[in-house]
Amino acid sequence: MANSIAHIASNTFREAVRDRVLYNLIAFALLLSGAAILVGQISIEIEKLVVINLGLTAVSLFGVVIAIFIGIGLVSKEIEKRTLYTVLSRPVRRWQFIVGKFFGLAGTLVVNTFFMAIGVFAALFYVSHKFVRADALIFVALYFIVLEFLIVCALALLFSSFSSPLLSAVFAFSLFVIGSFADDLRNFAAMAHGFSRWLATGAAYLVPNFSAFNVITSIAHEQPVAGQLILQNTIYAIFYAAMALSGAVLIFERRDLK
Amino acid sequence: MTPRGKVSSIAGAVLVVSLAASSLALHRTDQLRPQATLDEVLFVSSPKVIKRADLGFDGLMACIYWTRAVQYFGFRHHNFATSYNLLAPLLELTVHLDPKMVVAYEFGTSFLAPEPPHGAGQPQAAVDLVNYGIQNNPGNWRLYYDLGFVYYMQLHDYPHAAETFEKGSHIPGAHPFLKVLAAQMAQHAGEYQTARMLWSATYETTQDKQIKDNALQHLRALRVDEDVDRLQQAVTRFGERTGRLPGSFAELLAAEGISGLPADPDGHAYRMTPEGRILVRNPDDFPFLTKGVPPGYKPPTKYRQM
Amino acid sequence: MPAIEILGLEKTYTVGFWRKLPKRALHPLRLSVEDGEVFGFLGPNGAGKTTTLKLLMGLVFPTGGSARILGREWTDPAVRAQIGFLPEQPYFYDYLTAHELLEYYAQLSQVPAKERRQRVEKTLHKVGLREVQGMQLRKFSKGMLQRVGIAQAILHEPKLVFFDEPMSGLDPIGRREVRDLMEQLKHEGKTVFFSTHILPDAEALCDRVGIIYKGELRGVGAIEDLTSRVQGKVEVIWQGTQVPPSIKALGAECKAGGDQVRAIVSENQQDAVIDALRRERLRLISITPVRTSLETYFVEQLRRAETTAGTVA
Repeated sequence: MANSIAHIASNTFREAVRDRVLYNLIAFALLLSGAAILVGQISIEIEKLVVINLGLTAVSLFGVVIAIFIGIGLVSKEIEKRTLYTVLSRPVRRWQFIVGKFFGLAGTLVVNTFFMAIGVFAALFYVSHKFVRADALIFVALYFIVLEFLIVCALALLFSSFSSPLLSAVFAFSLFVIGSFADDLRNFAAMAHGFSRWLATGAAYLVPNFSAFNVITSIAHEQPVAGQLILQNTIYAIFYAAMALSGAVLIFERRDLK
Repeated sequence: MTPRGKVSSIAGAVLVVSLAASSLALHRTDQLRPQATLDEVLFVSSPKVIKRADLGFDGLMACIYWTRAVQYFGFRHHNFATSYNLLAPLLELTVHLDPKMVVAYEFGTSFLAPEPPHGAGQPQAAVDLVNYGIQNNPGNWRLYYDLGFVYYMQLHDYPHAAETFEKGSHIPGAHPFLKVLAAQMAQHAGEYQTARMLWSATYETTQDKQIKDNALQHLRALRVDEDVDRLQQAVTRFGERTGRLPGSFAELLAAEGISGLPADPDGHAYRMTPEGRILVRNPDDFPFLTKGVPPGYKPPTKYRQM
Repeated sequence: MPAIEILGLEKTYTVGFWRKLPKRALHPLRLSVEDGEVFGFLGPNGAGKTTTLKLLMGLVFPTGGSARILGREWTDPAVRAQIGFLPEQPYFYDYLTAHELLEYYAQLSQVPAKERRQRVEKTLHKVGLREVQGMQLRKFSKGMLQRVGIAQAILHEPKLVFFDEPMSGLDPIGRREVRDLMEQLKHEGKTVFFSTHILPDAEALCDRVGIIYKGELRGVGAIEDLTSRVQGKVEVIWQGTQVPPSIKALGAECKAGGDQVRAIVSENQQDAVIDALRRERLRLISITPVRTSLETYFVEQLRRAETTAGTVA
């Protein structure tokens, strides 16, 4: 059983690689190198600040875009192109298909992030000419970014399981944006009354909350990240992704594949 | 030519002509729009709005606004602007997006507080900015220095300056000169010595090139002010002793027992007018100069590159 | 034990966004296919053939009824290991090579790791794709893709295979090749259930056929049984302008043009016509079936269905 998932995951990964998705890394590398060189012309003090901020922001944004664009195609494209039929006519359960796709996509993003991280460290070395202990905090920021990706992947799969590629992309991206200011939503809920309060609170907990995942600004100033936060974020990401994936499975199990 | 070749050549020609025409049109429109409208508009002036719109990437936005602030000031300063309306908002946006960007507070004290054309002429805005900085970076002693500096230099509020330097001196890791400065305030407020200490401190501790250059110019002007003052006092003493003005600069120097020709930091000798006024050779080389300039002197409208 | 037992499977879709209208794609279907049979599921486009196949594959959920495949409930996952499916105009991950694709499918079909490579090679050889196994599927022609499709369906050596329009979109050579492969499967004793709207293929391969039209089964049985009552027609062309009286007597429609005569006669009159031409020493140019008996039966069933629908409506 786990084998089917592993096979589907590795096939999904292979698809991403052959689809030249990883070529986005080239664009990323160019962007980062250009920025690193340019930044040297502004004040010396904030060279490092800019490289870390820009680098990690780019890793985050590039990754989310990839997660959405590949993720939404994962199921919709397979149905459209009927590659799904020959897979499901085998002893593969529908839920295994969804879970396998998830891990394949997540794996692709982790590898992508890994290469991007190398780029960020290289740019950092270029401007600072050395590494300090505090630079290890960058790994924490990257870890949080990867957790964000897991959530976005799961959401992309969820929408992909019932919606067209275009709509799925719109939904997924909207949730990513909303998730960035989920805190505001909660504040709004706290101030509202009656039904709208109930509604807003529900929404605030239903949408993904990315505000706790973005530590780029603080680690750029070498501020440590609480171990508790790392643990909490990990738990949240795992459960949220599980929630979205279960939703995807529920929908997909019942769907007529016309 | 084949039909395809014909179409291709026409398309190619249209492409080139359109490119040229559109570039020309753009150039024309640029000239039409007055310079002021290009940079006087801060499309977004509320940190809250930016924080919402930037998807949580506050740090990056802070870097962007900081860059904008630096370039805004640098460009206008280079062109001898008389106002810097956007400097305070830009810096405020920067620090609200990233309260830990310490260099922004430094920049604010150096360039928000002084009068135009050297700064925005908004010392209170500088004070508010640095106070925000101190709130968010309680362990940073240098911010106390920056605050004290503004109180001293632009607001001439020596008691507050002293208090601030004193407070800052208690921060673990604070530079010893804070204590010295606190003491200095009490006795020697308003003296050249103090000013020189302050500008030297700034010059030595800042990493920002613009701030450093600014401090240097102040030090040079201070040096000239001091020299001119000293020499002017010598003229007065001469007058008191002899009841007349020195006949020549050389006579004055001989009377004072000064060997050699006193010169400004650029190596140009000072001179004395027949009315006994000490003047510097090229006042234009010393922005911030308050003494040694001929009567009716107006600073130039365009600076040479610092 | 029948290989396939369809027990009243039916499917009604709801169409439309605001007002949900029911659309019946398949009326309750009752059908069984015996072990080792080659069964042809015939019908025009939109008749319900693909719906039936998708229901059996579990790709679509029925609104009623059930089915048994190889003795088990059709939803039983254990069934999947023993069946193969070739969907209509299949499309595969075009970034993979044929070999990689089949390896992937072999993995999913739980072919033991040790045997995978060998099975894949064997199957590729069987479908005649061994030479191109390293080529990416995006470069394959339609006929080649169809062969890949058959390969993935038989790779794990299932007892029962389902093909949906296996000849569609192929050129004559491609169709020939697929037919040969299906013949081979038949010889291997596999049960084959395939849908098509190309009758000559069905005639050549099937033991039994079922005709479906507008979601309803209209006739099912062995071809000889179904067609024994109806006769097809053939077109006979011979040289010259003469029409022998014996041929005319058969009531054939004859048309003379240029220096040839074309006559349409019934299948069973074929031999009589040939004898007549030989007697008159007229040169026979060609005999071509205009309509086979199966075709006639088929059209007959469809026409009948239309009329019944007309009277009912």
